[in-house]
Amino acid sequence: MRPRRILIGTLAAVLGAFAIAVFAQPPQARPQGGSSAGTVAVPTGLREAGRALFAEGCSSCHGFEGEGVPGQAPSLRGAGEAAADFYLRTGRMPLDQVGEEPLRATPRYSDSQIRALDAYVASLGPGPAIPVVEPGRGSVSDGMQMFNESCAGCHGTGGKGGVAIGAYAPPLGEATPTEVGEAIRVGPYVMPSFSEAQLDQRDLDSIARYVQLTQNPDDAGGFGIGHIGPVPEGLVAWFAAIAALLLVARLIGQRNEGDEPGGEEGGKA
Amino acid sequence: MIRRAVRFLDQRAGAGSALGKALRYVFPDHWTFLFGEIALYSFVILVATGIYLTLFFEPSSSTIVYHGSYAPLQGQEMSKAYASALTLSFEVPAGLLIRQVHHWTALVFLAAIVLHLMRIFFTGAYRKPRDLNYYVGLTMLTLAVIEGYAGYSLLDDLLSGMGLAIGNAVALSIPVVGGQLGTLIWGGRFPGTDAFFSRLYIAHVFIFPVLIGSLMALHLAMVAIPRHTQFRGRRRRESNVIGTPLWPGYALRSLGLFFSVAAVLFALGGLVQINPIWQWGPYEPYLGTNGAQPDWYLGWLIGALRLMPHFDVVIGGYTLVPNPFWGGVLFPGLVFGFLYAWPAIERRLDRDYAPHNLLDRPRDNPRRTAIGAALFAWVATIFFAGAADRAFVQLGVPYEGQLWGYRAASVLVPTAAYLLTRRVCEHLREDGGHPGRGSGARVLARSRSGGFEELRPQGQSAADGEQG
Repeated sequence: MRPRRILIGTLAAVLGAFAIAVFAQPPQARPQGGSSAGTVAVPTGLREAGRALFAEGCSSCHGFEGEGVPGQAPSLRGAGEAAADFYLRTGRMPLDQVGEEPLRATPRYSDSQIRALDAYVASLGPGPAIPVVEPGRGSVSDGMQMFNESCAGCHGTGGKGGVAIGAYAPPLGEATPTEVGEAIRVGPYVMPSFSEAQLDQRDLDSIARYVQLTQNPDDAGGFGIGHIGPVPEGLVAWFAAIAALLLVARLIGQRNEGDEPGGEEGGKA
Repeated sequence: MIRRAVRFLDQRAGAGSALGKALRYVFPDHWTFLFGEIALYSFVILVATGIYLTLFFEPSSSTIVYHGSYAPLQGQEMSKAYASALTLSFEVPAGLLIRQVHHWTALVFLAAIVLHLMRIFFTGAYRKPRDLNYYVGLTMLTLAVIEGYAGYSLLDDLLSGMGLAIGNAVALSIPVVGGQLGTLIWGGRFPGTDAFFSRLYIAHVFIFPVLIGSLMALHLAMVAIPRHTQFRGRRRRESNVIGTPLWPGYALRSLGLFFSVAAVLFALGGLVQINPIWQWGPYEPYLGTNGAQPDWYLGWLIGALRLMPHFDVVIGGYTLVPNPFWGGVLFPGLVFGFLYAWPAIERRLDRDYAPHNLLDRPRDNPRRTAIGAALFAWVATIFFAGAADRAFVQLGVPYEGQLWGYRAASVLVPTAAYLLTRRVCEHLREDGGHPGRGSGARVLARSRSGGFEELRPQGQSAADGEQG
C-alpha cells in the first residue's frame, strides 16, 4: 500500500465514523436530575425553607411573593408545584439571563431544596400538582398513537427534537416519566398544556411509556445511527458506501490519464 | 471454456463473429470510468432485491388493525401496505435484510449516477457524437429520482406520507394545470384514492424499472457503438482506443467490482439500520412529525422549498403561481434544463461542431470546469440547507439564521466556486503539475561559485510518465 492510498482510506474511514458519531450522540447530552418524589403532604417547615430559597434565588425576577415582575418574569401564582418541579429538576430555572429560552441543564438545586421550592410555589395559589406517572400501567401502542397526534408535530416522531416556531422543541432522550407528565400538564415555555379532559391519567402513563421506548428503541435493523431518519442515512451512503466503492474503483482502475505499457489497441470503430 | 462456448454458439447460431468482436472490445482504463459501473451493478442488486420484496408487499391503502409481532404497534389501525411492510420486516425470513439492502442500494445507485454525471461533465465526454447518450443518461437520473421517491413513499409510514403530502403540494403548485394534474395522479384530493396506491406501486415495480432498464441497455449500446472515450496519452488518438479487452482482462476486473458493490451494500444492509418504519408509525393526513426529511437525492428540493422566501404570484383573487412551484418545480427545471442544454450551448460558444473522442482533463477547459463547479456547488449549497433543522437540533445553530445564511450562500458559493476553479485550472494548465501528485517542488543545485541551477524540472512529461 502506498502512503497516499492509506491516507485516503483513513480519511474516508474517519469522515464516515465522524458522520456516524455526530448523529449517534444523544443531542446536547447533559447530566440529568433525579426522579421526582410525587405529591406529599407539605409540612410548614418545608414551605418555609422553600420561601427562604425562593427569596435568595428566584425573587430577583419573580418578585418576593412570586407575584412576577412586569417585563422580567411571570407571576408564579397558580403555576403549581408541577411547574416548579419541572423547571428546577431539568435545570431550566434559574435562567442565566432574563428573556433567554429555558433549556435543559444541570439542576442548580438538590433534591430536598427542590422539594422545598415546589412546596413554596404550590402555596402561592392553586395549580397543577406533580402528576404520578407510572409507565408500567400504560399501553405503548396507545402512547405512540397519542404521541404522534399531540407531540410529534414539534418533538418529532421518536422524540428526537425539532424546530418549533420561535423555540427549540427539545429531544426527549433524557426526560423521566414524571418530567413527561409535568410538561404535559404545565406546558412549559411555548408548549401547550393538556388538561385532564384532553389527556387523562392513563394517557399520561401511556405516553411516558412510549417515550421510554424511544429512549431505547428496537433497532431490529442494526446500528440506529441516531434514529432521525434520512439525514444520517445519506451521510452513511456517501461517506461509508460510496467512499468504500471509490476506494475499490481506485484500486482496480488505472490512475493515469497517460498511457500504460500493457494497453492493447482496440479495433478502429 | 469461453472459447468452447463461443464455438458452440457460433456453430448453431452463427453468432461467433459478433461474440468474438464483443469479447475483444477494448475498455480504456481509468478509475473514474467505473462510477457508471457502480450504478449499473447497484441497479442489478435493486432489481434482484426488489423482486424478493414484491413477493410479500401488499400495495393497498385499505385499513386493517395490526396484530403482528411488533408489540408497540399492536392494535393500531393502519393501511395494509404499512402492515405488510412491517410483516416483511419482522416475520419474513431475511425480509428486513433484503429491504435494508434495497434501500441502501437505492441511495448508492443515485450517488453513483451523480458521480458518473460529474465525471462525464468535467471531462467533456458528453460532446458530439456522445451528446445523445448524455441525454439518455440525464433522463435515467431523472427517472431514478422519481423511482426512489415512489419506492419509499409506498410504505405508508409517517415519513413517507409526509413526503407524498409535499409531492402533492408541489404538483398542485404548477400554474394553470396543477390542480388537474394532482387530481389525475392522486385520483382526487390528497391523500388520494386506492387507485393512487396501485398506480404508485405499478410505477415503482414495473414502469420505471423497465424504462430505466431499457435506457440502460440503450446507454451501454451507445457507449460501445461509437466506442469508449479515453484520455489523451502516448499512442492515443482521436481514431483509436487503447485499453484492456473485455475478455479476459476487463470482464474479470468488472466482476470484482460487482462483488465489491454487493459486499458493501449487503454489509450495510445487515449492520446499519435504514428507514426503521416501525419507529415512525402509520400515516394519517392529520398527522405530522417535526424533522421529516426525504432521502438524500431529494434533499436539494426540500432545501429549495425551505430557502424560497414567501412569495406567490397572485392576479386579482387568483393565485397563478403558488410558492412550492419555485423550489419544487422551477429549481429542478433550471438545473436539469441547463444540464440538457449545455452540450449545445458549448458548441455554440466555441463554434466547435467536430466530434471528439479524446477526453479533456478538467483543467484543459477552465470555463467548462468552472461552470460545472458553480452548478454543482449551487445545488450542494441548497442541498445542505435542506438539513438545516437537523443542524439546529444536533448542533444548536439558530434555524432562521441558517436560512438567511444559506440564502446568501446560494449566491456567493457558486460565484466563488466559479472564480476559484477557473483560477486553479488556468494555473494548473500553465504549471503542468498534477494536483496531489508530486509536491511540485523543484530541485536546485548550488554550484561551487554560489550560483543556482535547476536539476530536473518537473514538467508535463514527467508527471504523465509516472505510473500508478
